[in-house]
Amino acid sequence: MLGSLDFDVITRSLPYVLGEGLRFTLTLTALATVFGLTLGTILALMRLSGMKALSVPATLYVNLMRSLPLVLVIFWFYFLVPYIGQFVLRTERPVQVGAFASALITFSLFEAAYFSEIMRAGIQSVARGQAAAGSALGLTYRQLMQYVILPQAVRNMLPVMLTQTIVLFQDTSLVYVISLTDLLGAAATVANRDGRLVEMYVFAALIYFVISFGASLVVRRLQARMAIIR
Amino acid sequence: MAMIRLEGVSKWYTPQFQVLKDCTLSVAKGEVLVVCGPSGSGKSTLIKCINALEPFQAGSIVIDGAKLPDPKTNLPKLRSRIGMVFQHFELFPHLSITQNLCLAQEKVLRRGHEEAMAKAMMLLERVGLTAHAHKFPGQLSGGQQQRVAIARALAMDPIAMLFDEPTSALDPEMINEVLDVMVELAGEGMTMMVVTHEMGFARKVADRVVFMDGGEIIEDRPTEAFFGSPHSARAQTFLSKILAH
Repeated sequence: MLGSLDFDVITRSLPYVLGEGLRFTLTLTALATVFGLTLGTILALMRLSGMKALSVPATLYVNLMRSLPLVLVIFWFYFLVPYIGQFVLRTERPVQVGAFASALITFSLFEAAYFSEIMRAGIQSVARGQAAAGSALGLTYRQLMQYVILPQAVRNMLPVMLTQTIVLFQDTSLVYVISLTDLLGAAATVANRDGRLVEMYVFAALIYFVISFGASLVVRRLQARMAIIR
Repeated sequence: MAMIRLEGVSKWYTPQFQVLKDCTLSVAKGEVLVVCGPSGSGKSTLIKCINALEPFQAGSIVIDGAKLPDPKTNLPKLRSRIGMVFQHFELFPHLSITQNLCLAQEKVLRRGHEEAMAKAMMLLERVGLTAHAHKFPGQLSGGQQQRVAIARALAMDPIAMLFDEPTSALDPEMINEVLDVMVELAGEGMTMMVVTHEMGFARKVADRVVFMDGGEIIEDRPTEAFFGSPHSARAQTFLSKILAH
């Protein structure tokens, strides 16, 4: 049976699958991680602020996002973002943002909810006395967070954060619902065009595996190097 | 002239549970005050009220002209002028010893890195830890960490130092190395308020001893008089318990 397989199709489609598909997947993953982490950290600080005006909206947002399937949010945002843009910018017509921008906004907002929970646990994992010690030295709230609490929180949460990023990397394949070509999409296109389903899907799976597994090995190393000596 | 003055300070955790009851005391410039009393008597809470780490609901505190509670008081600025040493050291574990000493000097006092480092090394030499400058807190013993914590507080050139049970979390053999640093500091005329059970230290360096129980200041007397003949039965019981051995 294996004799009828044609692995040359992989070589032939390499520029397309890696150059376009994988590049798209990695770009979306990287940007969504950066924006998601930033927004997630802000949400976590809002939830922990003790001020109801900040913590209630943040809590509602996080719980809402975490209760919805990602595919639904991607789809929904794709149709909704132009109208939100119209409302915010007060333009005559819905603002065309394009599928990529729409996907990036969606993933950033969606991942922010998960990253916020990770950061919240991370911040809470830093001993309370640390905040008292920082304050006692005269650090402002911002300085305390920036130099004392968040660096420790990030170190404590690094493995979980990287795991979440790997999940995000795999989840980006859901952009097929808005007809974007990511790694899986590119592989599927070639697979259907050349009738080489087995080869192309095995190849795609292999790339996902190598990158995800490789990343988790890097995490382990990084963690050992950044670990706080106790 | 009082450097720190507490006037009728009261604090409630819940409407039913009052931790501090109408506490009034003052610490003069250059004075060393020891606060003692059974656990749960509110000593730590009281000392934390002084640099606004704990809020209180009634009364007032004046520290070198700055008032609490007062919305006009800049809390970070006030805190940067008062050194505080904690029971569990609270060094920043992700920073090296010198980084621990430099952080607030650079970010709060806006000193240059060179100046902050020079100050840090000078203070590390003073507490006898120059050799450990580039280590991390987790690599030091408890006694060493607490000496670093004292140096970190001194790096801010504080007008007064607060000590919240600085030796309670230490193994017995490390207590003296920390107390020695504190005795030296007292000898140099630093204004100090020390919550401690170390009665030997109190006898040696304290000008006055404050005894607290149940959130109240029961006695506030010169050291000799306090140890010679405590007025209250509660202080007598307390002293007989901790001096028995």
